[in-house]
Amino acid sequence: MEMSPVAARILGTLLEERSGQQLAADRRWRIGTALGPLLRRRNIPSLDNLVAILGSRGDPRLLDEVVEALLNNETFFFRDRAAFSLLTDQALDMLARARAAERSLTIWSAACSTGQEVYSLAMSFAAQPERWAGWRIEILGTDVSRAAIAQARIGRYSQFEIQRGLPVMQMMRCFDQEGDHWRVKPSLRGRVAFTVHNLLDAPPPGRRPDVVLCRNVLLYFATEKRRIALDRIAGAIAPDGVLMLGAGETLLGQTDAFVADEELRGLYRPREGYGGAATKRVA
Amino acid sequence: MGRVMKSCLVVDDSKVIRRVARHILETLDFTVAEAGDGREALEHCTVSTPDVVLLDWNMPVMSGIEFLRALGTTPLPRRPKVVFCTTENSAGHIRAAIDAGADEYVMKPFDRETLESKMQIMGLA
Repeated sequence: MEMSPVAARILGTLLEERSGQQLAADRRWRIGTALGPLLRRRNIPSLDNLVAILGSRGDPRLLDEVVEALLNNETFFFRDRAAFSLLTDQALDMLARARAAERSLTIWSAACSTGQEVYSLAMSFAAQPERWAGWRIEILGTDVSRAAIAQARIGRYSQFEIQRGLPVMQMMRCFDQEGDHWRVKPSLRGRVAFTVHNLLDAPPPGRRPDVVLCRNVLLYFATEKRRIALDRIAGAIAPDGVLMLGAGETLLGQTDAFVADEELRGLYRPREGYGGAATKRVA
Repeated sequence: MGRVMKSCLVVDDSKVIRRVARHILETLDFTVAEAGDGREALEHCTVSTPDVVLLDWNMPVMSGIEFLRALGTTPLPRRPKVVFCTTENSAGHIRAAIDAGADEYVMKPFDRETLESKMQIMGLA
């Protein structure tokens, strides 16, 4: 789809201002693909026309729709399986020992998109009922996209979505078929919560998370915004909590707030004095 | 040292599906053989047992589910993993496939990500 460089720059700026996500030059091809359906639905002939309408500021809802469409909502169940297992096995073991007295764990899946990561966590806990008997497990999924959170809350996935990362046995155990879609069973949906949240804003209220997953999103942030988001997470996470990033993502040279866990490769811990440093939160 | 390539037998009566599956699997570093029905697939397995069988349900001569049951009673040096790949997408069919011994299930239409994901789940990609 044809688009002037100015229009591409304006749309990229809008996305970054609203979500923190950048559209690098080599990803600008996505603009036409992502906004095509919106243009057709709104009967707008071109991306340049769209930018002109946005510039007139007469349609704030259109702006929301544009940003929603440009967000990268790529996700799937049990993403980076080996790293995910490291978290659900070793890291949770370690945290469970540390929380043996209160028997409570809080997990925040930041930038959870349409919820597959959250339900993967819920399925992992549900698969070990004896291990977690008597524990209060809170799993919160947040994302800047209202549409993604709406789908996550419903927990309904297309045939393509359900088949990415999810073993068939688990699908049969944890989902009900609804026509061409598959929906998370109510018992599992009841174990999780979702809310709209921007990583650049103050953390969502609630208990301090013992685990924060923030995977494959900060790589789309500019350096300064990435630092802000990490500071926000550092302000929220428990001082002995664990931060998990996407495979291949690193915090090296990005922030002073976290250090790599020496034993659990790929996981990060708040540096001493950082965890829960920014805000005092009430359980 | 080069990677050891895994082998996959694609069993489908549609030449087009076999060609698409072959293309995807080859990009995932599989060596691929093809069979047009369950009987042909069973004969192939007795001669050269693949690591995994990608199996259609509805086929002439011998269906996928008949193949799977016959596979269970056929002496082989090792049992291949079996992934159904079919338009029979109801929960009932999936349950029947699992009960018959299927390791995974791909609902058609499928894409590269789906096949790759299922192979990863079984430790084959």
